[in-house]
Amino acid sequence: MTIQVENLSRSFGTLEAVKGIDFEVGRGETFGFLGPNGAGKSTTIKMLCTLLTPSGGRAIVNGYDVVCESGFVRQSIGIVFQEPTLDEYLSAEQNLRYHCMIYHTPRNTRDARIREVLQLVGLDERRKDLVKTFSGGMKRRLEVARGLLHQPQTLFLDEPTVGLDPQTRRSVWEYVLRLREATGLTIFMTTHYMEEAEYCDRIGVIDNGRIVALDTPAALKRMVGQDVVRLTTPDVERAVAEASRWLGYPVYCEGDVLCVEGENGQVLAAKLISHLTLADIEVRDVSIQAPSLDDVFLHLTGKAIREESVGAKERLGARLRSHGRLRR
Amino acid sequence: MLNTQPSIAPVGAMPKARPSRPPLIDVEGIAMIWLRDMTRLWRQRSRLVGGIVRALVWLFALGFGLRRSIVPIAGLSYEQFVFPGIIAMTIIFTALQSAISIIWDREFGFLKEVMVAPTSRSTLILGKCLGGATSSTLQAAIMLVFAPIASVRLTTLNVLEVFVAMFVTALALTSLGIVIAARMTDFEGFGTLQNFITLPLYLFSGAVFPIRGAPVWLQVVLYINPLTYGVNAIRGALLGYGAAEIPLDLALLGVFTVIMLSVAILITRREV
Repeated sequence: MTIQVENLSRSFGTLEAVKGIDFEVGRGETFGFLGPNGAGKSTTIKMLCTLLTPSGGRAIVNGYDVVCESGFVRQSIGIVFQEPTLDEYLSAEQNLRYHCMIYHTPRNTRDARIREVLQLVGLDERRKDLVKTFSGGMKRRLEVARGLLHQPQTLFLDEPTVGLDPQTRRSVWEYVLRLREATGLTIFMTTHYMEEAEYCDRIGVIDNGRIVALDTPAALKRMVGQDVVRLTTPDVERAVAEASRWLGYPVYCEGDVLCVEGENGQVLAAKLISHLTLADIEVRDVSIQAPSLDDVFLHLTGKAIREESVGAKERLGARLRSHGRLRR
Repeated sequence: MLNTQPSIAPVGAMPKARPSRPPLIDVEGIAMIWLRDMTRLWRQRSRLVGGIVRALVWLFALGFGLRRSIVPIAGLSYEQFVFPGIIAMTIIFTALQSAISIIWDREFGFLKEVMVAPTSRSTLILGKCLGGATSSTLQAAIMLVFAPIASVRLTTLNVLEVFVAMFVTALALTSLGIVIAARMTDFEGFGTLQNFITLPLYLFSGAVFPIRGAPVWLQVVLYINPLTYGVNAIRGALLGYGAAEIPLDLALLGVFTVIMLSVAILITRREV
């Protein structure tokens, strides 16, 4: 196990930001915390990164306790923060070199290592340029590279692509996925983007300081229902009869559209089309509707994640400030 | 774009060596923070102009504006007398500014990186103190170019002396700034800081008027102010006025610096 968390909690004054959570993350796994801002994601990641002391419970990261072995935890993890922490007046290479100095990586391998991580995120050609000339996506990639510089076993990504446009977000992820492939790194991330959560092997849905569900993205989606395949056909009555006889369970129609529920929409659609075509039933159009993580979140928490995001952040922020305990 | 083939060893293949505990005084970490301050000073050198202009305005307004109205002080014309004070002003403005920059740097900037690094909190404080003091000294040193305007004679010896005096003064003020920064949680107080700390410290330091001759209550204020000793030492080094007290001035500033740095380290240790 790379991360083991037992009954971990954290309060700010009377506000319980994290209310006793348990989970484990295996080696090489990509684990995501999904939830609106203010749900306790950032508080949890800060505790795991030793930036915040837990109020209760225990957390082991890479075999070290986050409270009494924080120095070892820090050396064994890489972190990419929600907000940029690069020095814009330094070149990409200088930012990385200074990181090597404060992490005390072996001096004789520094140059090679810096080139290696820069190549990994496709920034080797820009290594001499000042960071302030970089685009948002490039900065993010440089931060990911920096997080990997001291060969951590676990990489923490706190809302890694927040504030980036969808295209840039995808490109950042392309690099992250590629390095996961190359290194077998364990990745722990938080996000409130559903499409980002899809990259995870497992997802913990967190709301109000509690984990309300924890499973693979596919299993979570099964909680809210199956895929629905819709086929438009001129001969809908025969199609319904044919399909339900073939599948062995009832299907239904909406107007001239045949609707079939099943586990894997794509495969089901392909099989249905070939089966109906063989039975001489024409299929004019096909659509597959899969339950999204949005549906899962709505189902679990009773609210849509996006509408909630801004309000919740401000609410938690305001409550923390009024307690006068916002991290100093 | 994705065609490079990196050769990162798989994590599982690496022997799980126990990383070493960070040293108490992390020389390399301190060097890193200092180096970064130096690099930034060089990259943002156009910003130095503002500080030079501010100092020159004070020099001309006070030195030359008041020259005729003020009798010579211990045989020094007023522009000669005030010139070391202007250097001290450059130090206090730049030293406090670089210390205060810690506040946003650790919330939204590069220092956040340092906060999660496997090093002790003293690294940040000692590195920032040395970096801030060095850059402050260098900025003040630029003012020495204008010494002839104020009829202040420079020799190799007094330039060396004044560098020592400036650096020790800068250390004391940067460490004071770091303690303030460690207590401040937002930077709305930045303007307040300028009005309630920087300016009073500068004006009540003997920089613009001699301590002797001031009312007793004011003398008390002056002797509490650490910058007073810095102004004394710089003036002693440049003009020989009060030169005998230089060792005492520097010793007091040194003690003040050590106290401030200890306080800063203690405060930040209790955090989180």
